[in-house]
Amino acid sequence: MINRKRSNAPIFWGLFGAGGMIAALFGTMLVFITGIAVPMGLLLPANTMSYPKMLAFAQNFIGKGFIFVVIALMLWHAGHRIFHSLHEIGIHPGFFARLICYGGPLVATIISAALLLGLGF
Amino acid sequence: MSEQKIIEIEVLRYLPESDQAPHSEIYKVPFTDDMSVLQGAQYIKDNFDGSLTFRWSCRMAICGSCGMMINGVPKLSCETFIRDYYPNRITIEALANFPIEKDLVVDLSSFIEKLEAIQPYIIPKEPRTVEQGEYIQSPAQFAEYIQYTSCINCTLCYAACPQVGLNQNFLGPAVIALAHRYNMDSRDGGQDQRMELLASMDGVYNCSAVGYCSEVCPKHVDPGNAVNVNKINAAKDYFLRFLSPKGGSK
Amino acid sequence: MDGWWKKNPYYVEYMVHESTAFFVAAYAIVLLVGLLRLSQGEAAWNGFLEALKSPLSIVVHLVFLVAIAYHAFTWFKLFPLTMPPMIVNGKRVEPGVVVGTGWTAAIVASLVLLGLVWRIAA
Repeated sequence: MINRKRSNAPIFWGLFGAGGMIAALFGTMLVFITGIAVPMGLLLPANTMSYPKMLAFAQNFIGKGFIFVVIALMLWHAGHRIFHSLHEIGIHPGFFARLICYGGPLVATIISAALLLGLGF
Repeated sequence: MSEQKIIEIEVLRYLPESDQAPHSEIYKVPFTDDMSVLQGAQYIKDNFDGSLTFRWSCRMAICGSCGMMINGVPKLSCETFIRDYYPNRITIEALANFPIEKDLVVDLSSFIEKLEAIQPYIIPKEPRTVEQGEYIQSPAQFAEYIQYTSCINCTLCYAACPQVGLNQNFLGPAVIALAHRYNMDSRDGGQDQRMELLASMDGVYNCSAVGYCSEVCPKHVDPGNAVNVNKINAAKDYFLRFLSPKGGSK
Repeated sequence: MDGWWKKNPYYVEYMVHESTAFFVAAYAIVLLVGLLRLSQGEAAWNGFLEALKSPLSIVVHLVFLVAIAYHAFTWFKLFPLTMPPMIVNGKRVEPGVVVGTGWTAAIVASLVLLGLVWRIAA
């Protein structure tokens, strides 16, 4: 029998799509900048990620928004995808899978919002 | 005259009266280069075992009844040629993700139930009298849905879809493509009724965009795109239903 | 359905591109840790920067780089499947053109990001 109850998936699917798009457009270059170029002193000025610069970035309205969107949406994207993958390899949606795949991003979203607000404007 | 070529065809057999579980049997089939896998099965039935059971009708990729797993890939056996597999063995099995009824015949009743549920026919926007004459439809309006009318209900896309395997109630590629076919028709007014199913727990969000359904479709219907476009439609319906005066589906 | 995804190369590729999610999540967590360290003051932030310089971190980020680049590659490759058909001048845009547009957008976005970071830093 078909279950005609309306699915709430649009919320999570929407976050998945938005995060996937952010990761696809900026993810690769972000990893290169923060994880390779700056630590290895390649290409970019040595003080690119110095404390004053990063603090100023995180206190700027646009910078704050960018950090929040990147962290939160990438986690919602990954959580939703992993939730489906678990189902596909035979670990079916249960309390634990939901707790990790959606609870994790929710907690991370709240923490990053709190930290960014705490850093001031 | 070249030597007669022989191919091994391994068939997954299942006789519900006597078998506990399906088992394989191998037949050595002489073939010519113009022979399809369907003709190979017919050769086995005519010469080795008359009880071998499979569906077929048109032999020209129109009727959609001869679908089977050929070396693990869902295909219409009438348009798949033995020569393309020779000298390797061909394995034929009943379509995946359906219960086997007998040998290569699957039970399609779940598919039919889903197909009926989405109302695959024009639901007029308002009653129309004979005096009003025919519907006028522009080539551009026709182009909106023509691709989806090519579906022959062969269910290869169901055999290709892991999500159908994981949730037997998922409406599935062809049914959603056909819902989309009628939703996109300028004569139709049944979008809200179909949306209830598309947006449901067994609707479009079961799809995880594997895309293999569109890959195996013998009629280039691209059911995968129809499913994914309806994720966007169902999301709009989900978020905007409170704004619309008549409301979306429940 | 056990092991269904091993039965067909098409499914194997699907599982590979789905598994990029683990790397996206891991990198997002690295960024979250960075944000936490930033909020704890200069010493904590400098400790985070030092940790990023360790060989292990570099190797891990190289893995992230490959995985997330593959995510970007497949994300746009699936656009003809996942996005509504693009119509330009009444004609449907070819799938290859749709994919190419997506990849171009990703390259442009990456270069703009690099340029902005370079300008802010300089």
